[in-house]
Amino acid sequence: MRKTWYAYPYLVWMAIFIVIPLFLLLFYAFTVTTEEGIKFTLQHIKRVWEPIYLMVLLRSVLLALICTVVCLVIGYPVASILASKEYSHNKVLALLLVIPMWINFLVRTYAWMSLLGRNGLIDIVMDFLHLPPVQLLYTDHAVVLGMVYNFLPFMVLPIYSVLTKMDKSIIEAAEDLGADYATVLKRIVIPLSLPGVISGITMVFMPAVTTFIISRLLGGGQYILIGNLIEQQFIVVGDWNFGSAISFVLTVIILISMGIMRKYDREYEGGAIW
Amino acid sequence: MVGRVVKRVYLYLIFLFLYAPIVMLVVYSFNESRSMGRWSGFTLKWYTELFKDTEVLHALYNTLAIAVLSAVIATIIGTSAAIGIHEMKRVKKAIVMNLTYLPVINPDIVTGVSLMLLFVFTKPFTGMGLGFFTMLLAHITFNIPYVILSVMPKLKQLDRHIYEAALDLGATPSYALRKIVIPQIMPGILTGFLLAFTLSIDDFVISFFTTGSGVSNIAIYVYSMARRGVNPKINALSTIMFITVLALLLIVNKRMSKDNSKVKESV
Repeated sequence: MRKTWYAYPYLVWMAIFIVIPLFLLLFYAFTVTTEEGIKFTLQHIKRVWEPIYLMVLLRSVLLALICTVVCLVIGYPVASILASKEYSHNKVLALLLVIPMWINFLVRTYAWMSLLGRNGLIDIVMDFLHLPPVQLLYTDHAVVLGMVYNFLPFMVLPIYSVLTKMDKSIIEAAEDLGADYATVLKRIVIPLSLPGVISGITMVFMPAVTTFIISRLLGGGQYILIGNLIEQQFIVVGDWNFGSAISFVLTVIILISMGIMRKYDREYEGGAIW
Repeated sequence: MVGRVVKRVYLYLIFLFLYAPIVMLVVYSFNESRSMGRWSGFTLKWYTELFKDTEVLHALYNTLAIAVLSAVIATIIGTSAAIGIHEMKRVKKAIVMNLTYLPVINPDIVTGVSLMLLFVFTKPFTGMGLGFFTMLLAHITFNIPYVILSVMPKLKQLDRHIYEAALDLGATPSYALRKIVIPQIMPGILTGFLLAFTLSIDDFVISFFTTGSGVSNIAIYVYSMARRGVNPKINALSTIMFITVLALLLIVNKRMSKDNSKVKESV
């Protein structure tokens, strides 16, 4: 069945709404409008590398890295428990990971603001334990917490889906051959779950780098991340050229890191989140 | 045995973490006072006020309308695309799949601003200003790849011989597609649809950049309240949405497990 034309509406759609907009972004990033007309320039791209903006970029990458590592460390055990024999029949538990997403993430982030804030739940617990109150809101910790909270399901689900599909008889065979738990984990489970881990890392790292809401709400707006910078350029300052230039640099960085990730995972099929 | 207890406690803690803000929203939707964090008595007034607030109701309508429409349209275009891509030759397929991954990989904010540039740029030609329709187009655009990525694995699992056998028995290609291919990839289509719907409901960034003044969804409405603090009406609304979703899922799940046991019995 040669039904390739079934894909044509999609191709037309994506050409209009993905390819053309990206070219427009390129156009704005590399041009300047002067009295003589529109001219090609590298000035916007150069500006991205000024120390003040470079710091913002580095800071965003660093926070996103921390968030990704925390998500992996917390999320891997969750995925493996959900996929283990006792729970694997229970699809509801996996669903419970997704349900919070049906409450818009902005609303949930606001709820975190009051959990972390003065007289919030954390304060009450600390008070109950006769410990001094901690100021969590408007700190780096709060931003990382908000990111982990929002992106954790994106780490757990891909790993979970790979682990449930894994052939359990391989593990049994290894155990029969005398491998202990640690060896099975190290030599079988982790290598076989790598595709899930890789797509989990991508699914968490990419949105974490560019988040601008979490840093604005939980960081109190004192920390500018790259997402805030882009939003500011488009919405507040109105400098579309510079905004496009930052977006372009960001996209290139992400495409390069994707390329590196792909190298480590030959069977990468990406997007296999569910 | 100890391992089992540790596992259970760990899961409880994770779900506690994931549901803490939601519990908070539900509890404080019944709170007399406006402020979250101080309990001052039970009330239902936020619920009654919610249904009087046309602005919130309009935002809710926009959110749901865009989620349903974008999920349906993206599922149709995406499923059709997946069937087409599945039939493509190697090189062409690789190129198209890379294009498909692009919006998935690209940060939301870049997709958002680039679409905004497109809509602003084409406005003089199409006369279409930023608003409901542009937001809908944007949502369809970021939903389609997820539908394709959900349907593709099912197509790979599909047994080609069944389709060919149907043709040999005299079925027309479109009849065989309807009766053989579509039913077999249905689970993929359904997850694609649900995924699209969920992503659309949860989105803020892309909506923020592709809508115009006056047209907001829940996320944008909440964001606009940033300085005034969240109105408890939003807590009430979130509670209603949460309970609805939970009830729906429980019903679907019960029905599915019933069907499963029926299948088992008949086997």
